Amino acid sequence: MCNKINSQKDLLNMYENVKGLMDVRNFVDKDEKRFISVCAGPGCAALGANSIVENLRKEIKEHGLEGKVETDITGCFGFCAKGPVIKIYPDNVFYMQVKPEDAKRIVEDHLIGGRLVNDLLYTKEDGTLIKEQNEIPFYKKQLRIALNKVGLINPEIFAETIATRGYQALAKSLFELTPEQVIDEVSKSGLRGRGGAGFPTGKKWSFARASKNDKKYIICNADEGDPGAFMDRSILEGDPHSVLEAMAIAGYAIGADEGEIYIRAEYPLAVSRLQIALKQAYEFGVLGDNIMGTDFSFHINIKYGAGAFVCGEETALIHSIEGKRGEPTLKPPFPAVSGLFGKPTNVNNVETWANIPTIILDGGDNFAKVGTEKSKGTKVFALAGKVNNVGLVEIPMGTTLREIIYDIGGGIKNGKKFKAVQTGGPSGGCLTEKDLDTPIDYDNLVAKGSMMGSGGMIVLDEDDCMVDIAKFYLEFTVEESCGKCTPCRVGNKRMLEILEKITNGDGTLEDLETLKRLATVIKDCSLCALGQSAPNPVLSTMLGFPEEYKAHVVDKECPAKVCKGLLKYHIVENNCLGCGNCARHCPVGAITKSDKPSKNEHLMAYQINPDICIKCGTCMENCPAKPKAIER
Amino acid sequence: MRTNQEMFAELDEFIESVGCNPSELIAILHKAQAIFGYLPMEVQKHIAKKLNINVSKVYGVVTFYSFFTMEPKGENVISICLGTACFVRGSGKILEQVEQFLGIKNGETTPDGKFTLTTLRCVGACALAPVMQINGKTYGGVKEEDVPNILAEYM
Repeated sequence: MCNKINSQKDLLNMYENVKGLMDVRNFVDKDEKRFISVCAGPGCAALGANSIVENLRKEIKEHGLEGKVETDITGCFGFCAKGPVIKIYPDNVFYMQVKPEDAKRIVEDHLIGGRLVNDLLYTKEDGTLIKEQNEIPFYKKQLRIALNKVGLINPEIFAETIATRGYQALAKSLFELTPEQVIDEVSKSGLRGRGGAGFPTGKKWSFARASKNDKKYIICNADEGDPGAFMDRSILEGDPHSVLEAMAIAGYAIGADEGEIYIRAEYPLAVSRLQIALKQAYEFGVLGDNIMGTDFSFHINIKYGAGAFVCGEETALIHSIEGKRGEPTLKPPFPAVSGLFGKPTNVNNVETWANIPTIILDGGDNFAKVGTEKSKGTKVFALAGKVNNVGLVEIPMGTTLREIIYDIGGGIKNGKKFKAVQTGGPSGGCLTEKDLDTPIDYDNLVAKGSMMGSGGMIVLDEDDCMVDIAKFYLEFTVEESCGKCTPCRVGNKRMLEILEKITNGDGTLEDLETLKRLATVIKDCSLCALGQSAPNPVLSTMLGFPEEYKAHVVDKECPAKVCKGLLKYHIVENNCLGCGNCARHCPVGAITKSDKPSKNEHLMAYQINPDICIKCGTCMENCPAKPKAIER
Repeated sequence: MRTNQEMFAELDEFIESVGCNPSELIAILHKAQAIFGYLPMEVQKHIAKKLNINVSKVYGVVTFYSFFTMEPKGENVISICLGTACFVRGSGKILEQVEQFLGIKNGETTPDGKFTLTTLRCVGACALAPVMQINGKTYGGVKEEDVPNILAEYM
């Protein structure tokens, strides 16, 4: 069906021809056809999603169901905690933690026998089984706009993109709207940049449109560097065409004819999906010269990052595309005035782009119905850490943290106590118990001392030390600071040294004051957003958990028992069996027999000499007593 | 093994295919590292000459980005995920355990050239945290005591 699309009518004809492809997946029960989609996100893929598809195909063939039952890999479903997950259409049955050897049962019991495979269904706490995806608590409060096709289509089959209204927003823009109307629609939607700071997208576009120049550029920022965030990767792997389409729409709106996708080289699958999508888009004439027969031309190139967090900052990213060191430069001039190769440039991140086709097709007003007053639409979060349901979630703005962590996330792992949730990665901060009922939007998070960031959301429990977490993020920033400006290069290093001092047990109250002072200077004086936001994890943990910092410097104690330098190992004589296992394993000979009796009357208990102990914990691991005789 | 000459010829072909354009430097370095395995000075000087730019420019870019290395990598590359999700589930301890087991520090290669130990930030498999990768294969839910067994597969 490789015919070039030469008009809007061509595209709509093609849509009419192929839309039936999605019938089964739209729950139309037709000739008893079935479609099994297997999640191949990074989590499920690591657990053998590919073998599941292979085995399913083999079973389907062996049971003579070819032509009736199809199976394929799709993008990420989000429910990583229960991976690998598969979904059977149109039955709308959701199986989880599927193993490759389950393929036989799924085909024989479900497809042929018409019986559910109960042990692969979602089980509620009270033991009831849930068969449909939307009834599972993890999905109930979610709303998929940016991820609307991720997990639904096979991203490598162009017809499936067309069958899900792909490129219709571009056609509508080119044939029915003026560039100004396109920008109007985006402005009306209230969409704000999903990469971090939340700048209104419509405004950004109108600045770039207003810049007069014979050459302009569109850039897609796919340099997802926040450690613990993978939403952009999931979009590029699961629905690359929506990003290409959105970039072309922006090109039309601001008057650019060239786009660059700047992507991390660490995402090989996303890169290959993009390459395939680009090739298809050119073949079908929805990218390239004279798109769909109009006089609008737009070309997209892929540029590879090489591992530098600072390249998420738009000026640094632009320098990296130019083949230089990814160091940021002062704004203004903003990229909208002078960007790539000195030309007006509009940069948006992947998730922002993924919202554009829906906004154009269904209208900005419609999009703006979802969300809070100043933050419209949805946000994708990578929910991880000490929460039961780790995964990728898309929620309407205004959902509370409590709903995300407890309703969607299923609460804290192993029944532990909630302590904090970190949002915004190395640029963000920690929110505490009292913030749980705050509706999530850009402004509320900033007011609470954190930020939306790209969407990493890490849940922490009572076992996490907040000083240690702050140190973790600062280590990251110090490593990733490009070194161009002094406050960031030197200041963050000094802050990290102080935190190391504190976690080693050598901190003083004065150090806490110095930390705060340094943080303010770094925030005020750094050149780019990386430096300006680097102290946030420290400041927000100091604000939310002052008693924990105090315990470290005054009482020389780490309440969560994480900071090695502050641990004191000792032996509880009443629990000690006198076996000497600890003493035999101690690498430095810090453990000797004491003169006190152990639990085992005829043996003496052991003792640890704190001056020799290196706090490695080997003794504790090797203590056979129950409860363990060694405490810290 | 290919000869040096063949490898340089492949690199030249690529450089010419992008029109000897200095703005393609990062793509060229990616290609060069894929061909040579690392980016020794000899290669950097060659690229600078081809693009007609200063070798200091090339060196500046190579040392800026963590993906580029001037040291040859070991036969097996171990990457421990130090993304936040893995960190809070104890990947720091896994790193220590691997360091102890192999007797090398993060970023180093064993003297026999068998293993290189590196860290990375988030592979997107946060549900399996803590995660380590060896030659791209992902190991999830790694416990400290699993380390010797996992590494034994590659010994």
